[in-house]
Amino acid sequence: MGFIVDTGLLMSIKDVHVTVEGKEVVKGLSLDIYRGKKHAIMGPNGSGKSSLANALVGHPSYEITSGEVWLDGVNLLELGATERSRAGLFLAFQYPMAVPGVTVSSFLRSAYKAHRGDGEDVLRKFRKEMNEAFDKLEMNREFAGRYVNDGFSGGEKKRFEILQMSLLKPKVSILDETDSGLDIDALKVVSKGINLTSSEDTGTLLVTHYQRILNYVKPDHVHVMMNGRLVRSGGPELAAELEDKGYDWLKSEPALSNRGADYAE
Amino acid sequence: MPNETINQEDVRTIGNDYESKYGFHDPEKYFHKSRKGLSHEVVEMISRMKDEPEWMREFRHKALDIFLSKPMPKWGNTDLMNSIDFDDIHYYIKPTEKQMNSWDEVPEDIKKTFDRLGVPEAERKFLAGVSAQYESEVVYHSFQKDLEEQGVIFLDMDSGVREHPDLVRKYFATVIPAADNKFAALNSAVWSGGSFIYVPPGVEVKIPLQAYFRINAENMGQFERTLIIADKGSRVHYIEGCTAPVYSTNSLHSAVVELVSLDDSYIRYTTIQNWSHNIFNLVTKRAKAFKNATVEWVDGNIGSKFTMKYPCIYLMGEGAKGEILSVAFAGEGQHQDSGAKVIHAAPRTTSRVTSKSISKDGGRASYRGLVKVYPNADKCKVSVECDALLLDEKSRTDTYPTMEIDNDDVVIEHEARVSKMAEEQIFYLTSRGLTEDEARLLIVNGFINPFVKELPMEYAIELNRLIQLEMEGSVG
Repeated sequence: MGFIVDTGLLMSIKDVHVTVEGKEVVKGLSLDIYRGKKHAIMGPNGSGKSSLANALVGHPSYEITSGEVWLDGVNLLELGATERSRAGLFLAFQYPMAVPGVTVSSFLRSAYKAHRGDGEDVLRKFRKEMNEAFDKLEMNREFAGRYVNDGFSGGEKKRFEILQMSLLKPKVSILDETDSGLDIDALKVVSKGINLTSSEDTGTLLVTHYQRILNYVKPDHVHVMMNGRLVRSGGPELAAELEDKGYDWLKSEPALSNRGADYAE
Repeated sequence: MPNETINQEDVRTIGNDYESKYGFHDPEKYFHKSRKGLSHEVVEMISRMKDEPEWMREFRHKALDIFLSKPMPKWGNTDLMNSIDFDDIHYYIKPTEKQMNSWDEVPEDIKKTFDRLGVPEAERKFLAGVSAQYESEVVYHSFQKDLEEQGVIFLDMDSGVREHPDLVRKYFATVIPAADNKFAALNSAVWSGGSFIYVPPGVEVKIPLQAYFRINAENMGQFERTLIIADKGSRVHYIEGCTAPVYSTNSLHSAVVELVSLDDSYIRYTTIQNWSHNIFNLVTKRAKAFKNATVEWVDGNIGSKFTMKYPCIYLMGEGAKGEILSVAFAGEGQHQDSGAKVIHAAPRTTSRVTSKSISKDGGRASYRGLVKVYPNADKCKVSVECDALLLDEKSRTDTYPTMEIDNDDVVIEHEARVSKMAEEQIFYLTSRGLTEDEARLLIVNGFINPFVKELPMEYAIELNRLIQLEMEGSVG
């Protein structure tokens, strides 16, 4: 298959290699994400999942040494983190940074304006949408006055990441271990937030060690990442299989060489 | 939260017009300009020009003797202090013959200067009275009638001496005597202009009183002298703002500000100084707070090459309260040496000091603080909090806190923190679509937020503009 917008192809990762502090951690990974589809990348610790996620959004410590990444016709690797975000890519971080002194509302307003411009009606819409997002994530609106991630519990941080996602409405959302550290109630709320934000037009990439969140956010495709490469792709049943068997049985699996054609529809 | 309503776009639109907006200067056209250098002859001339009473003339001459006999301070940035050439400064310039009392009478070129500073515009908005100092003399002064009817006096200091000699003489130099320090002595000898405010018992001045000060001549020292007296049970907020043209050689600004807060009164004094980066800003500010009185210094230091300023409160009467809230921004080539002093001289007195400093591009911010509790000051409460933010590796921050506590029955809290702006924080914000400059500005604004939210809206916006100007071009 070719790279044709008509096919609904939203994001295309082609043979990407990522280096951290001189060490290659992603060793040639390809993945196509179509509109309306949710993908899960699963794998053991140290398989390179988080490195891939951070490299895609332009973290300065993660260098993409070769490969291509396209988002809706835009060559992401020509862009810095700011422009990648504005192009519609979002990462819900595993460990979001605290920014003491910066209130949640001024942070969200700055981010919102970075995406929507700063017309008069934009600010009015912002207030409304921010409050809706708080309600959706079952967060107290008083959060608006707190400092970004400063003194937040683990669960609050994760909710706040999803709140940002639901406010910014990215084309492709990457969720890095969003389920870790969440109790079951929080997991349900966060999952609801993810499901409400994704649509027929968006793509989602869940990066997770455990299958747990996939009970609430149903993936269309599941991939297994080992040692910097995808070694197996399949449907939701693959996640269940991993839950049963763990990852060890895939250790000697050769890397997939495809670009995701086997699961394209 | 007032800061929430600041439109970041207002902040952004200011652009980089610092030179044209604040750095302009008009051709020098002065009515009188003293020879360079300092002598009894110059002091005599100043006093005669002002047609002062004998006691003030004597006060000046004595102060000059004190200045000449006092050595330079041996602490602080002595290299910078010793670089001041006192013989290379004009000590008095009188721009126009007499003070104007309506905007129409102000000469065109001076008016242009104020137009660019936005004084009349600001006045239209909410000023109770504008006392705009151009060089050493107040040339424009307006005052709303209702304040006058309440008996509030708001004059330039020279007029205060002439029109209210007894009141001035009763309080002048009682808070900061000429011998207090070398620079206070200098100011006492050659002072000119500044504000004189008296608020009668029980009167509440509801709108902040403001004065704009401006230096416009090279090698010109500005030595304004401000005295504010809040009589029993009265309330007043005074705002002083400074912007100065950019010059190539150093200029000296050495002010003295005295506050007298009588029983049950309240004074807040707000300053944002934005002197151009060649100005030495060596200021003595002190307040006396009597029984159950409250004094608050809100002090922002953004500009100048070198600032030494430690707003001080003497808590003289039982139940008096003092608060000093300051922010300092030290950029390339700047040293902000600022801090706070509180003297607890009576029981049940309370003080709170909050200091924030930002250093970038090799700038240096020092906090120098003193808290003293006298043996008789039972059940005092003291809180000191110092936060320093370093934006890069080559910048510097120092903290010199001193506590002299001679009473066991005291509650003391003290915190000092130094933090560095983390690349991870900047990345987090850029991953949400902010540019790196926007991210840094947001972090800095967040850091000084506790200060900004104490400012009136116009000043909060102005401060954010100044911070943005200082932040511009900061990379890495």
